[in-house]
Amino acid sequence: MKRLLNTAGGRRRAPGEPRAIGYLYILPALLLYAAFLLYPFGQAVWLSFVHWDGLTVATSAGFDNYRDLFTDPALRAPFAHALLLLVFYSALPVAIGLLLAAALSRARVRGMTFFRTVLFLPQVLALVVVGVAWRSILAPDGLLNDVLRAVGLGSLARPWLGDYDWALPAVGVVGTWVGTGLCMVLFLAGAQRIPRELYEAARMDGAGPVREFFSVTLPGLRPQIAVALTLTIVAGLRNFDLIYITTSGGPGNTTSVPAYEVYHRAFETNQVGSAAAVGVALTVLIFVLTVTVSRLVEGRRS
Amino acid sequence: MTTRLERTVTYGILALFSVIALTPVIGILSTAFGSQNSLHTGFSLPEGGLHWSNFADAWNRGHFGTYLGNSVLVTAAVVAATTVLAVLAAYAFGVMRFPGSTVLFYLFVIGLTLPQEALVVPLYFDLRYAELTDTYWALILPQTAQSLAFGVFWMRTYFRGSARAVIEAARIDGANSWTTLWRVLVPMGRPAISTMVVITFMWTWNEFLMALVMVSGEAHRTVPLGLAFFQGQHSSDAALLAAASVLIALPVVVVYVALQRRFIEGMLGGAVKE
Repeated sequence: MKRLLNTAGGRRRAPGEPRAIGYLYILPALLLYAAFLLYPFGQAVWLSFVHWDGLTVATSAGFDNYRDLFTDPALRAPFAHALLLLVFYSALPVAIGLLLAAALSRARVRGMTFFRTVLFLPQVLALVVVGVAWRSILAPDGLLNDVLRAVGLGSLARPWLGDYDWALPAVGVVGTWVGTGLCMVLFLAGAQRIPRELYEAARMDGAGPVREFFSVTLPGLRPQIAVALTLTIVAGLRNFDLIYITTSGGPGNTTSVPAYEVYHRAFETNQVGSAAAVGVALTVLIFVLTVTVSRLVEGRRS
Repeated sequence: MTTRLERTVTYGILALFSVIALTPVIGILSTAFGSQNSLHTGFSLPEGGLHWSNFADAWNRGHFGTYLGNSVLVTAAVVAATTVLAVLAAYAFGVMRFPGSTVLFYLFVIGLTLPQEALVVPLYFDLRYAELTDTYWALILPQTAQSLAFGVFWMRTYFRGSARAVIEAARIDGANSWTTLWRVLVPMGRPAISTMVVITFMWTWNEFLMALVMVSGEAHRTVPLGLAFFQGQHSSDAALLAAASVLIALPVVVVYVALQRRFIEGMLGGAVKE
């Protein structure tokens, strides 16, 4: 306690400024947070090094569960699917959002509040509800096939979510639908903050719309792009609800993803250790990707 | 200088994407008012008047009345607990200086990126051991802990930005740290607090995985879990399923339309500011 008071803050406090009472304010939140978030994560790491069926005594597994992530095709597939889905969940929404921001950055739009509210709407709907709605659209007699038949492309119609080749892209499109509005809203807000003079200067230098996009809009939106990538990557990797509702990983395991595999292994096939290893690997993947994004796109060094 | 063509293109693009964003939503709404007997699993148009009875059926036959009650209780508890605990902790992180505060703060920030999927497995076995699965506690406690990561982070930004002069003035007037917080800073911070409240509300209301793992009986089911089971049993009954979906989405959408700015600010702000 004495040391604690002596070293506090390093510089002198104003008289009467509170001291150790700070710990008391933090204590309730920290206790709950430690008990129900930090401690379970520690346990997850521990569980990932054992073989356990959830009932009998756990046996040490060494690095078996982690080795399986690289050698077992049933575990490699979900990670491959997740990375492929990131194209739909992250890359496409960001690309579409950028194109639109470029198209819209020149104009003043009336009714922007209305458009922003509508475009952002998919973000606030429960993913369970989104899943139910899209199951309907992608069903054999659903909206998508109806439209295809109506325009004479009936030969392309298929049960999208039950098709071995098309189920994964179909689930991906749902993710694109969820993420695009978020990116658009972010980029439109960001584009408003780019100084008009930069555009005028670019035009005086004879830049066309394409040049203008690459030399003014894109650099000006760097921070927003980093945010959009971070949010969509995290959302894309924590993609349990949509998969559970639309395909449950099927057909076969063509749409299984790590988030689904954790649930499936821990609670359906009683491979708790393996499930924990998938969860920890997913955490590491999220960390690595988000740090990479903030380094690459924002050029920030922490 | 915007030409008429440019303006038309602008509105055309915005309208197109608005239609794409709204199609699944309107499809569900329209199906919810449709006839229950159609074998169609896709969207349908209400024929022969609006079938309001679908909502009554989902409420009674689908037990959504009970599920909504559970969701309200769990969400209210999580939002209340998160708000009080996050305000207290963020206040200390934001305006007080004490050893270890940075490390402790970063412990909370880590929670923003830890995926729930990694936590849910040990949480289930811990809570089962404590005989808390199939209770409201199994939903409230873990979700409060997860919301605290965002809450502490978000509120600390507010307390950091609140004027030091105000705090010092309050202290000179003889207010202790507790009074300063509740009499001065909390009333001033209503916008920041309401953003945290709506975001926590939405996350908790929409939460599915935690409910799926922790609740096995019918008595404690929340609405998203109810919908998933409902889909398993009545997947052919598109109208009932759609009506149930509307019941789930409606509370969040109503709050969202009213407080759109707060939602967007909170969901984007978690990552914008650092």
